Amino acid sequence: MLLLTCPCCGVTAEETEFHNAGEAHLKRYGPGSDDADYEAYMFARKNPRGVHFERWRHAFGCGKFFHAARCTMTLEVFGTYSAQTLAPPAEIAAKIKARRPEWEGYK
Amino acid sequence: MSEAVSALPHAQYSGLVDLAEAGLTGMITLRGDLASPVLAEAVRAATGASVPEVRRIEAGESGQAAWMSPDELLLIVPYEGAAGVVEALETALAGEFATAAEVSDARAFFRITGPQARDVLAKVCPVDFSDFAVGELRRTRAAQVAAAVWREEGDVWSLVCFRSVAQYVWDLLATVSKPGGEVGFYR
Ligand SMILES: [Zn+2]
Repeated sequence: MLLLTCPCCGVTAEETEFHNAGEAHLKRYGPGSDDADYEAYMFARKNPRGVHFERWRHAFGCGKFFHAARCTMTLEVFGTYSAQTLAPPAEIAAKIKARRPEWEGYK
Repeated sequence: MSEAVSALPHAQYSGLVDLAEAGLTGMITLRGDLASPVLAEAVRAATGASVPEVRRIEAGESGQAAWMSPDELLLIVPYEGAAGVVEALETALAGEFATAAEVSDARAFFRITGPQARDVLAKVCPVDFSDFAVGELRRTRAAQVAAAVWREEGDVWSLVCFRSVAQYVWDLLATVSKPGGEVGFYR
């Protein structure tokens, strides 16, 4: 069971109040993009053992999307942050680095 | 015009707490920029209340304004006047990036009263009610469905859910309020 803090309304709640919405920071390749980019956008997903970035929605609460950084192995949540970001912000990266010194950074 | 009927007219139950359906209640979903002074003025005109802080509900002379999300309020007003309030909001908010929609007949409204109200709510909502202040509001789930819960005063709580699940929420609250199911956690 994950405990997540929604950055949009400040509530810390258990997982069942939220809904997972897949991998974070995907770049959309739409009409006009080449087939390889489109295929990667549609189908290729990271599946790491360890640090991972996801979109979540506060489905039963304020209804907003946000991002979460967590460990898929231990379920430790490093932090949650705004959905309006293209990559994990520096303070989230610092929190992960503090807990997982071997982490190579967001790629 | 047809006769308006609330979700579960006159439903009442007494167990660990007193449950009651609140009857016909005017409810308006207002979406827009909550920092806008124009919106704040429109909310004041509609309810007499100021724009609530995050997860709060404010009361005014003619209604209440409840924080629902970073860009959404629920205005609670007398049922008969709700359509007029929506019209007034639309006029006041002309040109603003905002919408007002009456949802009175799309919601069910319950009152939960008694010293064990928090114990009863905590049976069905994944929420820690220990520091839950008067005027605080929480959107969460009640068992399997979405609900908004707030503390009106000491032992008086309100719960709003979708009308389509009114019977489910009612049965849920009545079941967990049956004598014999005391928890005694919140004192
Ligand atoms: Zn939220």
